[in-house]
Amino acid sequence: MKEIIARLKKDKVGIVGVIGVGLVLVLGLFGPWLSPHDSTEMYKEHMLEGPSATYWFGTDEFGRDIFSRVVEGARVSLYVGLISVGIGASLGFVFGLIAGFFQNWIDNLIMRIMDILFAFPDILLALTIVAVLGPNLENTMIAIGIVFTPVFTRTVRAAVIAVKEMEFITSAKAIGVKTHKVIFRHVSPNVLAPFIVQSTLALSGAILTEAALSFLGLGIQPPNPSWGAMLNESRQYMEIAPWIAIFPALFIIVTIFCFNLLGDSLRDLLDPKLK
Amino acid sequence: MSETLLKVEALEKFFPVKAGIFKRTKGYVKAVNDVSFEVKAKETLSLVGESGCGKSTLGRSILRILEPTGGKVLFNDKNILDYSKQDLRKMRRDMQLVFQDPYSSLNPRMTVRELVSEPLYTHFSISKMEADQRVDEILEKVGLPLEHSKRYPHQFSGGQRQRISIARALVLKPKLVVADEPVSALDVSIQAQILKLLVDLQEEFDLTYLFISHDLNVVKHISDRVGVMYLGKIMELADTEALYEEPLHPYTKALLSAVPTSDPLVKKERIILKGDVPSPTDPPSGCPFHQRCPLAEEKCQNVLPEFVQVRPKHWVACHLVEQ
Repeated sequence: MKEIIARLKKDKVGIVGVIGVGLVLVLGLFGPWLSPHDSTEMYKEHMLEGPSATYWFGTDEFGRDIFSRVVEGARVSLYVGLISVGIGASLGFVFGLIAGFFQNWIDNLIMRIMDILFAFPDILLALTIVAVLGPNLENTMIAIGIVFTPVFTRTVRAAVIAVKEMEFITSAKAIGVKTHKVIFRHVSPNVLAPFIVQSTLALSGAILTEAALSFLGLGIQPPNPSWGAMLNESRQYMEIAPWIAIFPALFIIVTIFCFNLLGDSLRDLLDPKLK
Repeated sequence: MSETLLKVEALEKFFPVKAGIFKRTKGYVKAVNDVSFEVKAKETLSLVGESGCGKSTLGRSILRILEPTGGKVLFNDKNILDYSKQDLRKMRRDMQLVFQDPYSSLNPRMTVRELVSEPLYTHFSISKMEADQRVDEILEKVGLPLEHSKRYPHQFSGGQRQRISIARALVLKPKLVVADEPVSALDVSIQAQILKLLVDLQEEFDLTYLFISHDLNVVKHISDRVGVMYLGKIMELADTEALYEEPLHPYTKALLSAVPTSDPLVKKERIILKGDVPSPTDPPSGCPFHQRCPLAEEKCQNVLPEFVQVRPKHWVACHLVEQ
């Protein structure tokens, strides 16, 4: 662990990612104490005002403070992103390991189910799941998690099949290592690189999918903000009050960028070959 | 050198060839076809042959890394093909494999110490201190500095990696080591070092080697006996000296005539074989070698020669060799 931190210090891009993700996490965790105004309070005399000393990022069509809403939205977006990717990635990792390692009828069963899930457009599938479970934030996360499972399963399975053919797996078997240990000690550490990259990519996808679902009224419910929901609400006023769109969009972009930087440097850090 | 450690009887490994949309079996690749031989305790038996003759498959079938399709493998007089998975796992501590390619046979995410201690933790419930001690011991024996034990495989050269592989195989103090082309991937200068290491370790640990190689020069220096394989079968098996000085099978003669010598002035008569090795999916009738054999007779085309002892400790499968 010490070693990893020492190596991270040398990796400038990685540090930018860590700091960025750290800041967004701070925003998400301590949002209510950081924002100057209540995120749902409407200041009717200040509707659609540009950025000022009182309202740092301006106000929206109801006179709500954009900065406070962005801060509050960080919590929702991160929460949804992390939990839903967590669900999708863990399910996908386990399914991918099993399918790739055994390559028998279980593989066929898992992959055909994944193919069925793959066949639906992401949003349609998420919509269906949310419609069945009921529209609220928890169900949105479950839905996004399920939508992302097939991508993870395929990524991990492909990597497992490549690793499985390596001689060191035969070597472990020849030594008499038990199957579950072969999977955990020899196969899974060697499929982490594509998995981590896929996770950071999925994180941005999850934030965007949540935005789309919120727009359709199936994610977070108004007046509570999330970045995606804010972006969608801003459409009608984009020309007269661009700040309503710019700030949530900026935060989405920067957050996703930082997560991707962190993902890249994590992948390198976890690879002993790049020491 | 009398006790038999390993006895292989009529071992077969056929790989099914599947074709068509229903994956029906259309035939078999007869990679190892009716092979029998014995390995005595503490000796080195080498198997040589061209690429694709089934020598690696044979080595792996003996260890049940590939499941043989027929025959018997008697290790200490017990047929290991009857063993359950649990028994087989326990038995693996006595039979180890050294791989050809030291670049892919070591898990890139494990340090040397983790790699070498893994067999110990797999087979014994021992304390970390005890394991560390045994790892240190074996690392010293194979000539790896102890301060390298925290490094990862990619930080080593091919020869050093092969030392790690050997340490990993020998840390359990096995009885039999199947070495599957252990030096083929290495530079010639390193080959000599690793071969010397293998010979030294054999003396120290009373090891028995089944040494698989395609390099007749390598084999000559380390083997007590040599078997020549062709198309999944052993064609000739004899003491090293007898085989090199007085080969009986036409295939062995052809192979030996192709070995380069270090003296450029020595003119050897080379026996050039015609054609290619036939496909093991559809081996020729009779003697598998008859299509390429310069001496083939009519009998060779129809009757499979038996693998018989024609001289003391010298077995050949050829119709043309007089008993």
